Amino acid sequence: MLRRLHPDQPESFAFSPENQKWAEAQMTKYPEGREASAIIPLLWRAQEQEGWLSRPAIELVADMLNMAHIRALEVATFYFMFQLQPVGSAAHVQVCGTLSCMLCGAEDLIEVCKERISPTAHTVSKDGKLSWEEVECLGACANAPMAQIGKDYYEDLSSERFAELIEDLRNGSAPIPGPQNGRFSVEPAIGLTSLLEGEGAGSAVNKSVALAKKFKDTIKKIDGTEANLSVNWEKQ
Amino acid sequence: MLMNSKFGRFPAIQKGSIGSIMADERKVVIDEVELEVDGSMTLIQACEEAGIEIPRFCYHERLSIAGNCRMCLVEIVGGPPKPAASCAMQVRDLRPSPDGQPPVVKTNSPMVKKAREGVMEFLLINHPLDCPICDQGGECDLQDQAMAYGVDFSRFREAKRASDDLDLGPLVETHMTRCISCTRCVRFTTEVAGASQMGQTGRGEDSEITSYLGETLESNLQGNIIDLCPVGALTSKPYSFTARPWELSKTETIDVMDALGSNIRVDTKGREVMRIMPRNHDGINEEWISDKTRFVWDGLRRQRLDTPYVRENGKLRVATWAEALERAKSAITDKKIFGLVGDLVSVEATFALKQLIEGLGGSVECRLDQARLPSDNRSAYVGTASIADIDTAKTIYIIGSNPRNEAPTLNTRIRKAWLNGAEVKLIGEPCDLSYEYHHCGTGRKSLKDLIKSETSLAGDQESVVILGQGAIQDEDGLSVLSNVMELAEKTGSKFLNLHTVASRVGALDIGAVTNGELSTEIANADVIYNLGADEIELPERVFVIYQGSHGDRGAHNADIIFPAAAYTEENGIFVNTEGRAQLSSRANFAPGEAKENWAIFRALSEELSNNLPFDNLSQLRALLVGLYPNLEQIDEVPLNEWKPLKAGKMLERDFLNAIDNFYLTNPIARASSVMAELSAGAKARNNSKVAAE
Repeated sequence: MLRRLHPDQPESFAFSPENQKWAEAQMTKYPEGREASAIIPLLWRAQEQEGWLSRPAIELVADMLNMAHIRALEVATFYFMFQLQPVGSAAHVQVCGTLSCMLCGAEDLIEVCKERISPTAHTVSKDGKLSWEEVECLGACANAPMAQIGKDYYEDLSSERFAELIEDLRNGSAPIPGPQNGRFSVEPAIGLTSLLEGEGAGSAVNKSVALAKKFKDTIKKIDGTEANLSVNWEKQ
Repeated sequence: MLMNSKFGRFPAIQKGSIGSIMADERKVVIDEVELEVDGSMTLIQACEEAGIEIPRFCYHERLSIAGNCRMCLVEIVGGPPKPAASCAMQVRDLRPSPDGQPPVVKTNSPMVKKAREGVMEFLLINHPLDCPICDQGGECDLQDQAMAYGVDFSRFREAKRASDDLDLGPLVETHMTRCISCTRCVRFTTEVAGASQMGQTGRGEDSEITSYLGETLESNLQGNIIDLCPVGALTSKPYSFTARPWELSKTETIDVMDALGSNIRVDTKGREVMRIMPRNHDGINEEWISDKTRFVWDGLRRQRLDTPYVRENGKLRVATWAEALERAKSAITDKKIFGLVGDLVSVEATFALKQLIEGLGGSVECRLDQARLPSDNRSAYVGTASIADIDTAKTIYIIGSNPRNEAPTLNTRIRKAWLNGAEVKLIGEPCDLSYEYHHCGTGRKSLKDLIKSETSLAGDQESVVILGQGAIQDEDGLSVLSNVMELAEKTGSKFLNLHTVASRVGALDIGAVTNGELSTEIANADVIYNLGADEIELPERVFVIYQGSHGDRGAHNADIIFPAAAYTEENGIFVNTEGRAQLSSRANFAPGEAKENWAIFRALSEELSNNLPFDNLSQLRALLVGLYPNLEQIDEVPLNEWKPLKAGKMLERDFLNAIDNFYLTNPIARASSVMAELSAGAKARNNSKVAAE
């Protein structure tokens, strides 16, 4: 896929105050003069804040790291995880289309996206709230088919359940992530046959879902206030 | 002031890592030839030592190693069972065989051949078959290597890559479908030219070489990426579709656009210069040349003086040689005559002028920019440093100069030294030099302070002081020069007087100077013999004989014009800024009635019945080198005995740079439409930058 900057760019970009602090802290991880190593975390935080990477954001990050703009653009265009075009204001849906998911019905999920979001990937829906794309394997093959929405995985999807999820997102709520067919995590369909006791046994949801429920950051635009800034590496 | 590190040096590796590698000789067998080479050499270099040329696209010895074309694959016997990229593997990384025999590298085994054929097939997948309409045809690495490793069919049935052509400006034409993504252009502009504008965006099949968001290139060394491009993706715009390489006559000669004496090759077709290419000279220009050197050739065709002119009733009219010489004779006879040596003339022409004028009781002067250079002290007007000394210097002082404009290829050396950890200190106008520097001030006072505060470097670390001509053009120039030499002496530095014009050092070598002030000499003269001096204003009342190649400022107010050969049209000696004498050769003939410079002087002397003692150029040269033996040491930098000047009092003033418009410094450049376009572009960029700030 040819990756270029989007034709419509915002005037400017600035990190939120907390994100700015976080970004400056990341730069101290590297020796003086090697700040450029922090390029990916900083670009990623800019995307977490805005949903996508705009030209002013790339240039701001490059300037922060004392890099030529073209060097930052090279990184931003290389990695598919960086969205170079606007995404839905509520959520960006990433449907896994690789082997296991495809065999289990990812193509149906993509049809749902085309129907309910927009006919083409990387295009914001008419109401501006959603966008979608097909991505390569997200490593949740045991729960195929699945989609990543914001920071979390929605697994064991059916077309119907997926359509409901999309409508929930459109209405501003973030559904509970994890398996959507009642499974706890990746146990066999007939239930656990081993490891019946131990950590996690008896809890209502698996650990990653618990974390998602705790932080409530599934589709949140990250502004740096979610967690306290930790700069452990500076102690040494 | 420490400028930001956008220029790409990582401080953590700056000190001493290059020099500290111990000699580590390793034995290696390459195609049954056993040889001992430095362990830090790459295999491709070791193969070169063994006399084997490895095909390559991305590897270039003056750029960093990318290892992305995979054409240089070789087989390492006993190594991993796959071919290795010889550009990216060092000799010391090879393991000896179990019985202690040296490692064996094969460069023409069946495995190597198959591997390279595979690489070539991939490279050709997206490469269009447009060799017949491609300017690189005949000198294309891909074409040549496809003859050895290519197959005559394609197994590729899918859609080919499409790409947008870039607009890089008036010099570099792009055909990005031909690009094989070797990234040589990206590495050159980033590493050597110090301009981070080009990059490779995207990935995989969709990766593209671009300039940042379609910017045109700003560097004045951008023409070199045309040479570096191994395919026809980047070609020369001014030269496009005008000639094929096999129909060009190639003449190796010397450039005169700046005082470096870059080694060039002039390609001609018939009488016309079609293009100018660099030649390798490790001591001067490595293998780079500036855009002015490379693209000035269209100026050799325009505004040419191709017939003598004489002024009649205030207007110039065409005349015959006999008529013009006759008029010159009557103008000169019994008059006080003064000769001016222009910026682009060879030592022979200067010498012939000097012989003629001094024979008539006059004098000549070459320091037309009023640079206060003492012609009796070579250590002052040339210095003691060679250009190559910059490479190893640990501290470089630049006084009153912007080497990026005054000598772009010299600037790449300073940048290279800086990349290797050297510290650059500048006194003068702050400017973007393409590397970081400590700005120690702008004027004479800062120079005094620097002399007080600086000490020589410890141990055998070298340093160089570079003096720009802008600093010594005021009336206290000699004092500035003496102070700069004092700085060099105090810091134990070598000294390089960075000239801006090609003729200057040679003219000083043969003493083409007067004792008086230039302005009073001009005011006192009745007749001025102007040999190609276009950067000087002459008073109206004086009678001017102009001898030169272009109808520029000098010719406009001349009373008699002798049309002469330009620098590609005659043989000559040029002495560059480090004092290295070099021979330039004739590549084509002067247009129309124009004659070689020495021949015009010879003819005029005959007219004056005061024959110069030579009838051809070799006699002239014999006479010249008899008087000035250093001119016989071609391509050598003679050592100059250090003779410090008496320190004088300096004014309170800032240093100004000698050149403010890089692209329009001489009549040939001013006649060139390409240079005019570049100059306008640079001006527009500066204006928009000022507006943005």
